[in-house]
This record gives sequence, C-alpha cells and structure tokens, in this order.
Amino acid sequence: MIFLSNLINGLSLGSVYAIIALGYSMVYGISKMLNFAHGDVIMVGAYISFCGTAYLGLPAWLALILAIVVCTALGMVIEGLAYRPLRGTGSLAVLITAIGVSYFLQNAALIIWGSAPKVFSSLFEGFGSSISLFDGELTVTWEAIFTLIAAILVMIGMTLFTSRTKAGKAMRAVSEDNGAAQLMGINVNTTISMTFAIGSALAAVAGVLLCSSYPALMPTTGAMPGIKAFTAAVFGGIGSIPGAMLGGILIGVIEILGRAYISSELSDAIVFGVLIIVLLVKPTGLLGKKMTEKV
Amino acid sequence: MKTRLRLSKLPPYTKNAAISYGLVTAAFVIVSLLKAAGMISSSLQGQLVPICCYIIMAISLNLVVGISGELSLGHAGFMSAGAFTGIVISGLLETSGLPEVGRLIFAVIGGAIVAGIFGFLIGIPVLRLRGDYLAIVTLAFGEIIKNFMNIIYAGKDSTGFHLKTNPELGLEATGRMLLNGPMGATQVQRISTFTAGFILVLITLFVVQNIMNSKQGRAIMACRDNRIAAESIGLNVMKYKLMAFVVSATLAGMGGALFGLNYSTLLPVKFNFNTSVLILVFVVLGGVGNIWGGIIAATILTILPEAFRQFADYRMLTYAIVLILVMIGTYNPAIRARLGMLRDKIFPSNKEDPKAKKPRWRKSGKGVA
Repeated sequence: MIFLSNLINGLSLGSVYAIIALGYSMVYGISKMLNFAHGDVIMVGAYISFCGTAYLGLPAWLALILAIVVCTALGMVIEGLAYRPLRGTGSLAVLITAIGVSYFLQNAALIIWGSAPKVFSSLFEGFGSSISLFDGELTVTWEAIFTLIAAILVMIGMTLFTSRTKAGKAMRAVSEDNGAAQLMGINVNTTISMTFAIGSALAAVAGVLLCSSYPALMPTTGAMPGIKAFTAAVFGGIGSIPGAMLGGILIGVIEILGRAYISSELSDAIVFGVLIIVLLVKPTGLLGKKMTEKV
Repeated sequence: MKTRLRLSKLPPYTKNAAISYGLVTAAFVIVSLLKAAGMISSSLQGQLVPICCYIIMAISLNLVVGISGELSLGHAGFMSAGAFTGIVISGLLETSGLPEVGRLIFAVIGGAIVAGIFGFLIGIPVLRLRGDYLAIVTLAFGEIIKNFMNIIYAGKDSTGFHLKTNPELGLEATGRMLLNGPMGATQVQRISTFTAGFILVLITLFVVQNIMNSKQGRAIMACRDNRIAAESIGLNVMKYKLMAFVVSATLAGMGGALFGLNYSTLLPVKFNFNTSVLILVFVVLGGVGNIWGGIIAATILTILPEAFRQFADYRMLTYAIVLILVMIGTYNPAIRARLGMLRDKIFPSNKEDPKAKKPRWRKSGKGVA
C-alpha cells in the first residue's frame, strides 16, 4: 500500500513535470533553444494565482485563468523582446539571454513578493483534503488525481492541436524546417510567438498544480522543477509530445520512489543518473527521432 | 626569461603568450602595490582571491566551450570536487608542521588530480553525445556531484582519516570533522592568498595557451570546426575532446581548491547550477574562445555585484537586464552592423582626414575626402 501511495505521488509529480516538459519541448523544437527561463514562468504563474485568490479574492478557477492569461502574455513578451533579436545567432547567445531572463524573473519576483515563502492555497480546496481507499490504508489527495487528469487532458489537447489544426501544423512545419516553412507562406514569427504563448500557458497551469501539491511558494520555486522538466523533455526525446509526457511521468516516479526507497538525499542524483544512462543507450531520448548527419 | 629577451624573433603565438603573461603580471604588481598602499577597499581585497578563482574557471571552461566547442553546464561540479578535496588535504596536513604554502600546494595538486579523475570518468560517457544533449548531461553530472558532496562526511583523529556517507564516523574526542555533509566544511583555515591565486592564473594561462598552440590543440579545434572532416583525416575525435575536457576539469579543480581554502566555511550548494551558469556567462560575455575576454568578464562581473551592494535587491535585477542587453547588443546582427558603423565614424581606420564629412551609409570612404 505504501508503494502504491508513493507511486501515485510519483505519477502526480510526474504529471506536473510532464506539463512543464511539454512547454520546454515545444519551444525547443521550434526555436532550438534551451529556454532556461521556462521554470521561472511557472513561478510567476503560481504567484499570479496566489495573488488572485489571496489579494483579489477571486475563486480558484478564475485565479488560474488569470495566471494563464498573464503567463501567456509574459511568454510572448519575453520571446519578442529578448529572444527574437537573437534568432539565428547560434544557441549559446540565446542560452545566456534565457539565463538573463531567468535571473530577471526571479529577482523581480523577489522584489515584488519578498523572499519569505508564501503559503499557496490549493486549487482543489473545495473538494476536501483527500479520499481514502481500502479502509483508509491508502489515501489519495485530490491534487494528485486532478494533476494526473490535467496532464492527460493537456497531452490529448496538444496532440490534437498539432495534428489537426492549421496553427499546429504550421508549428510542426516551422520546427521541421524554418526556411521551407517560410517559403510555404507560414508566418514564422507569429508561429514561434504562438508556441511561446502555449508553452507559457502550460507553465502557468503547471505552476498552480505544483504549488497545490507543494504549497511553499518562493521566487526560486520554479528553478528546480524547471531543470527536472527539462531533463524529462530530453529523457523522452526533446521535440516529441508523447516523449515529454512519458519523460515527465517517469522522472516524477523515479524521483519519488528513489526518495522513498533508496535515499532521500540522493533522489536528484538518481534522477540525473537515470537520464545519463538513458541518453547513453539512446542518445536522442526514449521517443526521440534519430537524426542523420550529413557531410 | 629567455622568451622576453628575444621577443621580436619569436613566432606570433609565443609572442602573444608572452604578452599575456606580462599583462597578468603587470595587473598583479599594480594591484599588490595598491593593496600595500592601502588604496583598495577591504571589500575589494576580499574579492581578490575569488576573482583569481573565477578567472581560472573562465579560462578552463573556455577550453571546453571555446576551443573544443562543447557546451558544458556542470563546470561548478569540478570546482566543488577540487574545493572539498583541497579542504580535506589541507585539514589533514594541519598538524604535520608543514608551512601554509606547502599545504596549499598539496591541496591544489590534490584538488586538481581528483577533479581531473572526475573529468575523465564523466568525459567518457558525456562526450559520446552531441550538442544540447551533451549540455544536459554535463548539467546532470554537475547536480550529481553536488548531491554526493551533500552526503559525504569526513573526519580525522589519531587513528587516521575517516570517510563515510553518514555522520557516524566514530571519531575520537580529539578528532575533527573535515566535511560535514550538507553543512559542508567548517573551520577551514584560510590559507589561500592573492599571490597563490596569481600563480595559479599564470599556470592556467600557460597550460591553455600551450594547448591551443600545440598539435593537440589544433586537432581539438579541427574536431570542433568539422567533426566529420577531422575524423576523415584520421583524428581520434573522442580522444581530443576528452583531452580538452580532462584538462579543463583539472584546472577547474585547481581553482576550486584555491576557492575552498579562501573561506572558513563552505557549503556544497555553493557549487550549484547557478555557479556553473555564472562561469559560462563569463565565457560567453568575454567572447567564446577568447581567453582575454573571459578574464576581463570574470573580473568585472565579480567586482560589479559587490560594488553595487548598496542597491540591495535591485542589484541582481540590474545585472539580469544588463546581461540581456549586452547579449542582444553584441550578437544581434542589426545592432552589430550599427555599432560597426559607429565605430568607423568615431575611429576612421583609413588614412583620410577624420574631420572630413563621410557619406552616411558608407563604411570606407576612400577618395571621398
């Protein structure tokens, strides 16, 4: 039973990672950049939702929508101001700029909200704390259930979006071949901007879900989940939607099970160790496409 | 020195190397004189050794990022390995009667060796990957090293040296803890000096510049510029990449040992992803592959945040904005072209009269004046 409860916790944490990883993966796929500021967008989303409920007195779902709207705008602004001027100049310059944006968001949050952790009230408070199964031997929190459901919905939604809609197809085209997409009449700037918007909206959702389960909200809250989610995206094969999902869930489960059964201090090391082993066996991740090198 | 005496006859790269040693020495002499004259504030004096460390880190990372062309996001891990090894060695030798300088030398050598071994062990799997996948794995290794430092406990007593992954070392009453898991190292004797830092910077420069201008260095750069072409002429790409990686890790360990012995307490979390990124920022801001740029960036970016301490919270915010603006300013093609034009306007490189009006959109106005 303890194992089952750990597994559920792992699946729940993994779902959050998966949603973040999805944003990472899409942004990487389309602009070939490691967007290290993505983790901090999560944090901003959580803070906005926190402000919505604590200061504006909004209901939780409305605060979530507010967070999504703000983060979507934030993602587009970041892309337009910081990344667009550097498009096509090599990944290192954009990487450092992304780190600059990450510092900026963390420190802006520090100035606005202070360094003391805020206690985030769960999105699912109205449902009560948890449900018990098997005569109380297994308790599952509502957060875990809804996080899992949210992740599945997001994955289905994103898969449909990229395969069925025109905008989604444009996105795939741009990530496949930027130049050719442009020649086909796709507006590359709009498409990239839209990808950042979607990624950031997902980040807001992930931030609210993450802080519903782990309620201490600080300016650095997003940093480690950001890195883990990035690991998850690479783990599953960066650029692939099912890959990000699978990677996220696996990373979450490995982390929680590693913490429970091997060593609580080494749980991060275990996660990263598994990543390294996977990449050595399959250098493009679990579901990644094999790339052929041309001379 | 022989090199100085016959400077004009030397090949250009040796001349350049001699000039850079000269410049570093001059900077050291000037700072030492200012320090002796009491013209350097105490906060800046405290920054001197860290500046040397970060310079070493920047130069060594440049070997991987600039010369070998692989993005490494875990450089702080090697610094960490070097720092804690150095602290342990220095702690063990405390009662040996060795002078501080001798202990520092052993600590630095030990730190370098351990970090080099780490670099070798990590390099073999890491360098099989390419591009961003390689970057993420270096990040992973950096985090793993940080994690392991969190569970290592070391101590010494009359029965010898104890190393375990739990706090129960069973030390005698007279024993002393050297590493304390997540609490890191405490009561470290601060034996790093600015002079030692300067010598280590020189050694680092010497090693990296000699590698760059050697057969091996050219092979490393060939692998960077075109892997397939390098392979086709029979270069063992893996070997050369590994060479750059291990040397870089060794130098980082050296810098780390110097860094560790500059503070009385040191936490393992100090060497986290942010520190790796900080070093990478030095390298990229200074210009990838440009040793001098890295040195200058490391110096300025270590001093500046301290100098702006009065702005408290806004300091890092400003730093972030400046970082973004500098990156856009130096890499954006349009802005670059504008800056180039501006530079031509202010410092006309051709021999015409600088006062003469030049047409606005012309780069070289030969024959116009």
